[in-house]
Amino acid sequence: MAKTKSRSLPLNKRGLNFEMLMWLFTRLSALAMYGLILIAIIGALIMGARTQMNMADVLRWGFMPNSTHVQSTNITALEPWANPFWRVTGSLLLLLAVAHGVHGLVVITDDYIVSARGRLIVRWLSIAMMILMSIIGVYILWTS
Amino acid sequence: MGLKRNVSLATGLRYKGQGPMLTYVLHRIGGLGMAVFVTVHILASFLGGEIGVFLNTVYENWLFQIFIFFCALFHAINGLRITILDLFPKLLDHSREAIWIEWAVFIPVFGLAVLVIVQSAMGG
Repeated sequence: MAKTKSRSLPLNKRGLNFEMLMWLFTRLSALAMYGLILIAIIGALIMGARTQMNMADVLRWGFMPNSTHVQSTNITALEPWANPFWRVTGSLLLLLAVAHGVHGLVVITDDYIVSARGRLIVRWLSIAMMILMSIIGVYILWTS
Repeated sequence: MGLKRNVSLATGLRYKGQGPMLTYVLHRIGGLGMAVFVTVHILASFLGGEIGVFLNTVYENWLFQIFIFFCALFHAINGLRITILDLFPKLLDHSREAIWIEWAVFIPVFGLAVLVIVQSAMGG
């Protein structure tokens, strides 16, 4: 079988436009979310060290470090965990996830909606959805 | 803009993209699954009430947990592979091997999680 050589341009030859920036953002936000979730999982392991927290509850805290997210579990004394550190961590995770996810949805719809008008509508809808979900999410995180 | 592809759905389904195509399809399914879940989840916790309680019973169903964990884990591991290969383009020569490594990480972690989920669903 002939070895196919994969082609890819180095970063400095690709030019810098919005699509390129979002391409880069998708990858960098993925790495950032890995970091934030790792921090939250470490937090959950500290939180559950005395109470034998199970894997599902550790992951609940890992995917969104907010005290209401583990409310229905039998973890006690959650008050100290509703502090600015976890609110900032949770907000960063939320904002990155919303932007990453909404951009992903636009990429998918671009494969099926090919008219210029349709793509414009998708873009306006995606911006509206991104702003709405970010506001609702941050509101929940800082008022709970 | 205005791109036109003259490929029918039937032709698309007959396309034999093998391993890389499978990861591409699963990455999309995982991403879509998480996007729908997270959107509904945020809206439900904002609105609360009966809808929130009903949706909680859906999330806590073991079948749903297996599905959403598949979405999250596959999307995360496949996304990390894409990120590493794209940020270090020299590694693209080994993209097939990278996919094998990906499955070698995914299958044990997902299998273990399914075992735990099913065990606790059985009451135990």
